[in-house]
Amino acid sequence: MSQFIFLMNNFLRKQNFWFVFTPYFWLVLFFFIPLALIFKISISVSEWGMPPYRDFIDFSDGGIKINSTLSNYAFIFSDSFYLRSFLNSLSLAFTSTLICLFIGYPIAFYVAKSKENIRNLLLILLIIPFWTSFLLRVYAWKVILQGSGIINVILMKLGFINEPISMLYNHYTVILGVVYTYLPFMILPLYGYLVKFDLNLIDASNDLGAKPLKTFIRVILPLSLPGIIAGSMLVFIPVVGEFVIPELLGGSDKLYFGKIIWDEFFVNRDWPIASALAMSGILILVIPIIIFQLMFAKYNFKNE
Amino acid sequence: MSNSFLEIKGVSKKFGNIVALDNINLDISKSELFSLLGSSGCGKSTLLRIIAGFEKPDSGKIFLDGEDITLLPPYLRPLNMMFQNYALFPHLNVKKNIEFGLKEERHNNDEINLRVKDIISLLELDGLEKRKIFEISGGQQQRVALARCLVKKPKLLLLDEPLAALDKKLRVQTQFELVNLQYKLGITFIIVTHDQEEAMSLSDRMAIMKSGKVLQTGNPVEVYEKPINEYVANFIGTANIFNIKEISKNFLIEELNIKIDLPKNAQMFQKCLIRPEKISIKKINSNNTTEKCTGVVKEVAYLGSYTKYLVESNNFQFYSFMQNREISERLKIKWDDLVECSWNNESIYFFNE
Repeated sequence: MSQFIFLMNNFLRKQNFWFVFTPYFWLVLFFFIPLALIFKISISVSEWGMPPYRDFIDFSDGGIKINSTLSNYAFIFSDSFYLRSFLNSLSLAFTSTLICLFIGYPIAFYVAKSKENIRNLLLILLIIPFWTSFLLRVYAWKVILQGSGIINVILMKLGFINEPISMLYNHYTVILGVVYTYLPFMILPLYGYLVKFDLNLIDASNDLGAKPLKTFIRVILPLSLPGIIAGSMLVFIPVVGEFVIPELLGGSDKLYFGKIIWDEFFVNRDWPIASALAMSGILILVIPIIIFQLMFAKYNFKNE
Repeated sequence: MSNSFLEIKGVSKKFGNIVALDNINLDISKSELFSLLGSSGCGKSTLLRIIAGFEKPDSGKIFLDGEDITLLPPYLRPLNMMFQNYALFPHLNVKKNIEFGLKEERHNNDEINLRVKDIISLLELDGLEKRKIFEISGGQQQRVALARCLVKKPKLLLLDEPLAALDKKLRVQTQFELVNLQYKLGITFIIVTHDQEEAMSLSDRMAIMKSGKVLQTGNPVEVYEKPINEYVANFIGTANIFNIKEISKNFLIEELNIKIDLPKNAQMFQKCLIRPEKISIKKINSNNTTEKCTGVVKEVAYLGSYTKYLVESNNFQFYSFMQNREISERLKIKWDDLVECSWNNESIYFFNE
């Protein structure tokens, strides 16, 4: 018997190696290597050709010459145009994360507290939009909001307005599109935490004299904080780089960071500048997030 | 009863078509330790939740210390509840759990600290103040849950299966601690339990519930010795129940075909109860008496302090529990032994249902 346990242990230990390292191989292959490539391009010199930058290591003169420059970074930080677009993206991400949180929290709470059969139905309803292409769903908003769209038609039929109001192509429609698209990413992690929430804790808090609002602040909110953080990250981070929604629904009133990178890449064909922008964006976002995560690590508790 | 502390008047509650409580009337005195006892689904937990304010009764009223609390939300009721799984706040440490309720009462910090300190030493939780809930044992969690309620000095403490989550040895020890604590503090306790031994050993009085109704209330001795019907008799302890028939100034125990004298308050009874410990058995060699009850031992269970015997007489089986008063190395009465059963006729309890 002890022999068997020993062999099992050994086997599991070997298994463990793959369990632990498979995600790391994945990360290296699909995250760090591409990131390193982007970094390489970002310190390369722009050139007319294919690829549109000079090789990082140049053997052409018989010797080894390293072509690297920080001028791309210097350029994007010297032009406030890029900084403004980044701030626009940050404010878009911040606003839409807040709106997603305020809309998503009650929905997640309601779903988590529904009876099991209703809960599963509601979860399916939350996930169903993913079955349609995200592009189509954003495009649908164009149809809904346009001059001859359903909202304008109804408002005119009811006599509230005489002629169609233009609702498209401003930063409000961008926020609408972003909130609509990213709402499930807020709801699902929140739901994951709230569904584990023991309803007796609400009763206990009430019983100890805490009114409903106090119960929410003192018990429900702190216990769902990890869900709030996870959901907010899932919305905030991709929205900073979002370029499809501003492209489809946005106007010229605000330029967003993701769109700028897209334009540098595909319109200006300036890969080094685009890469430098992408790298800067990552660094500016990642460093505060790491600090934030470390700060909240101590809030992590076992919810048993 | 005008001097009752908690008065439950005609409380009914339905969930859909299911009747959870059907016209419950109870009077509980101040400083009483009262148990609601019944099998699962009898409505005891629903009644507790209605007293706590988590459910509203469909009809009926609840008075606590003369005040109608029927419509009061839970956070305004001067009572506290200890939950079955304790419902301690996992994001707070022991001390913060205990002071949670006090913080809602607008005391100054000195008063809060003093009261928390007192309750911590009363419940022997010293040194655990900074621990998180998942870092302490089940028994300690139970005491934190108690402390969290008691620190608020409630008029009434409701306990939902307070000992169910503890292992057996700890449970017995905690039973005594709970009774001592209740005696020391003089707070009225209402305990919900499905464990009849727990209810018997804890309570001053208890109510036996079945399908939303209270069948009987009384102290443990009353309920055990004089159960109101067959269900209660069987629910509390082991019961030998016989049908009886009146035959010319005598009663006949039908199953055993034995005549007994008419009890003093001559009334029409249909059934009688003889508790197993009230029947003693003696080994005999041959069955030649017709007057007395004789039978054959069918099962024996030796439990140390006493032995359970299942005796068959006249094709009817009943139990006899015999104290093991002397040291002996083997059982004196064994399987298939012929025995003579005897009891004191005063020990027979007559009833109808």
